[in-house]
Amino acid sequence: MEASTEHAIARLTELYRLMARIRAFEEVALAAHAAGELPGYLHPSIGQEAVAAGVCSVLRRDDRITSTHRGHGHALAKGAAVRGMMRELFGRAGGVCRGKGGSMHIADFSVGMLGANGVVAGGIPIAVGAAQGLRLLGCDAIVACFFGDGAINRGPFLEGLNWAALYRLPVLFVCEDNAVAAFTAACSVTAGPGAVARAESCGVAAESVDGNDVEAVAEAAARLVARVRRGDGPHLLHARTYRLLGHTSTDQAAWRDPAEVAAAKGRDPIARARQRLLAAGVAETVLDAILAEARAEMEAARADALAAPWPDAAEAWEDVQDIGAETMEQA
Amino acid sequence: MDAALAPPPAAVEPITLVEATRRAVAQEMRRDASVWVLGEDVARGGIFGQYRGLIEEFGPERIVSTPISEATIMGAGLGAALVGTRPIIEMRIFDFALCAMDELVNQIAKIRYMFGGQAKPAVVIRAPHGLWRSSAAQHSQSLETWFAHLPGVVVAVPATPADAAGLLVAAIRSDDPVLFFDPKALFAATGPVPSAIDPLPFGVARHEQWGDDLTLVCWSSIVPDCVRAAEALARDGVGVDLIDLRTLWPWDEAAVLASAARTRRLLVVHEAVRAGGFGGEILARVVERLGPGALKAARRLGAPRLPVPFSPPLEDAMRVTEAKILAAAKSLLAA
Repeated sequence: MEASTEHAIARLTELYRLMARIRAFEEVALAAHAAGELPGYLHPSIGQEAVAAGVCSVLRRDDRITSTHRGHGHALAKGAAVRGMMRELFGRAGGVCRGKGGSMHIADFSVGMLGANGVVAGGIPIAVGAAQGLRLLGCDAIVACFFGDGAINRGPFLEGLNWAALYRLPVLFVCEDNAVAAFTAACSVTAGPGAVARAESCGVAAESVDGNDVEAVAEAAARLVARVRRGDGPHLLHARTYRLLGHTSTDQAAWRDPAEVAAAKGRDPIARARQRLLAAGVAETVLDAILAEARAEMEAARADALAAPWPDAAEAWEDVQDIGAETMEQA
Repeated sequence: MDAALAPPPAAVEPITLVEATRRAVAQEMRRDASVWVLGEDVARGGIFGQYRGLIEEFGPERIVSTPISEATIMGAGLGAALVGTRPIIEMRIFDFALCAMDELVNQIAKIRYMFGGQAKPAVVIRAPHGLWRSSAAQHSQSLETWFAHLPGVVVAVPATPADAAGLLVAAIRSDDPVLFFDPKALFAATGPVPSAIDPLPFGVARHEQWGDDLTLVCWSSIVPDCVRAAEALARDGVGVDLIDLRTLWPWDEAAVLASAARTRRLLVVHEAVRAGGFGGEILARVVERLGPGALKAARRLGAPRLPVPFSPPLEDAMRVTEAKILAAAKSLLAA
């Protein structure tokens, strides 16, 4: 076997592992939710793992990302600690946001993850500003800004594209197009040819990629990140994928055409990577072990979260502001 | 000590409020290279000259004229703060900050809390606010109470050049997001400002005048009208305890409580709409803390619940004036 092929297989194996971990994290979290173990609700990204894994695999640790309400995969792929994330989903002490944010507001600044966001397109202005700030500080890190197909119909998308292009900021916009905006097919509410054309109209170079092909995503992201980092200004990667589950953990998405969903399952990014690895001669037992390890890691995180204490009620009064914060005694 | 070696007295010269804020920004930009300004037309000095000349000293990387993209001006300021810079986010006039309410209310004010203290968004959100003759409904609002209601932010509402300069320096150095309301009607007002501007503490009111007969609480553009009303009352032998809050959140509850307990007559005056205004919060707190029988009389004076009209006689009909303040004070004194 040639060294380059060997390297490609090793790399795809790592991407497979990362996708498997993201999938397992969400499947375990969904099971915990169904069992009544965690409060609130989740926005699962099952079926979209290749976008998070492919893009984040080509970023440096000091690069920053902004994410969305469907952001578990982005956080894990950027290197956020699993147990801190799971405890956050459970609202427990030791959560990465101390139980203040939950699933929709995961952030881990220690790995450059500047936050999921409960508002569609909310991360876009933050991302361009982070890039501007990094440049002001003389840092060559870049910012990858994840958002969905729904975000391209919000004003901050246009503002952010124009802004990033105007100041030639080091931003990679990643439109994770899962074909559906909340409960509505994105194509039914989006006029014109979509994200790539809109980016190009602002002078932002853009390209589309099969977002369920993790190698293709990683290859395109690597190419665009290299351009962004060398000062060529912002770029946009439009990754076509598919949200296999509903909008939230409580939505069965029964309104969707079963044939469409079945066809999308046939393009499952994890299954496709597995087929490719098998065809390259990787043993099935090796791949099964990766899945089992991922599942075990996430089940252990679930058990850890379930056993963790709740936060002390006094913590609700912490981290509001330095000056002028009310105290628990005032309540 | 040899007189020649003694430190020179701090230079104090009367300057305008807008010049005081310009000097405060320049001073802090010299002191800290991570401080920068973003907003529309700031490279041209800002629409009131708040940033005049700063582009020459600090260059276009730190005095950044932006597109008319309020959401991204606000949100980009936040993003830049999250990686360690200290942006001054200029919103042109506060009415336009409403185009960026998601970035301000859902993002800036919440991010430290939601993320469990991982980041402190050290931004100043600054814009002129309040009445400006015949600017009509979208360029004249006093919205400070909205933001006093918002957990996570500081609200500064200065009325004098020295206070504006000192509070702006404090805002720039603060790790909290600070909403800084420039009183545009007072931009040309003059007053002494030290050449080296020290930060003023948030939540400490300024006693404009001491008196025992009536407590008058106010802030921002309406302060000079209150001063003139108090001076007229003084000529009639009435002592007004005149408190300029300077910051609305935190606000100097102790100063107001002590004064109200002493005078037992309380008038709160603001240019903003009275209904749901901060005057109601102040009166409610005084009643809660001093008890329902502590005051002989209390009143709020603010604008009627109207959009600001364009035509001068219509605008005059709804604005709070010295005459209205005087009449309200006299009604309280008669009670």
